[in-house]
Amino acid sequence: MQLVRMRSGHGDELLAEGDPALAEDEARLIEAFRRQLDLGMWAAVPTGSAGRREAIRVCDFDEVPADADRIIFIPPAVGG
Amino acid sequence: MSAGAAAALAIICLALAAVAYGPDLVRRLRRRERREPRRPVGWAVPDPGEELRAERRAERLLGQVVGADALEAYRALGFLHLFGGEGHAYGYLIYPHKPIVSFDATTGELLNEHCVSFPDREEAAAGERLPAADDVLAKWLALRADEHALVNEANMHLPGRQLDPDHVRRDIARLSEWTGGTPTAAEGNVDGVGGV
Repeated sequence: MQLVRMRSGHGDELLAEGDPALAEDEARLIEAFRRQLDLGMWAAVPTGSAGRREAIRVCDFDEVPADADRIIFIPPAVGG
Repeated sequence: MSAGAAAALAIICLALAAVAYGPDLVRRLRRRERREPRRPVGWAVPDPGEELRAERRAERLLGQVVGADALEAYRALGFLHLFGGEGHAYGYLIYPHKPIVSFDATTGELLNEHCVSFPDREEAAAGERLPAADDVLAKWLALRADEHALVNEANMHLPGRQLDPDHVRRDIARLSEWTGGTPTAAEGNVDGVGGV
């Protein structure tokens, strides 16, 4: 699983990567996940497959589907 | 000359000087304010290729999330789209760094402009704007994952506030041509489109 963050002037940036089934990796992923949420970022998990792409928003690492490949952190939306 | 007369003369001289030189002085001060602030010694020279590399990284992520076909459509048309509501009653055109436009998927009538942005406040040096492909992906993800939250956060206006309605109608027609029929015909044919 990869945790990536959209960054202005850069594009996406890899924050952390690991297998959540491994305790050590999971702890690192959770720490990175919480840090981004503490910064106010939105966490979105792309789901589905070819022909039917979906996404869900998660507010806790426990909500991330077990088979998720990637969590994308986006800056919070503001009315423009 | 008495002290009073001298003071009156000084005041008259000051008033005349203000009339004669005041406007020029104001102009000079304003010009100085508009000048670029001097960069400190050691300031990094901007990398001319950084923006292009950022855009390519963002497009790669966009393709991985919405699929190769939707990425191709984005590159060709300049926007993403998806549908929502029961029976795909309405759709969204997702423009980079411009409002999202909702439209009636059956008639093509424009419904609203949804003005929303995703300013990256942590990257002041690079500016707050995400690369264009990241901006459309952020809107796509937010609509897919939490449509109500995004629509509630956005400032909603009638069509024509920021985007030329005729231009948007032409985009809907181009989308229809791209997908080979009505916009809703794209469902299932193009990755990255479908019901919200």
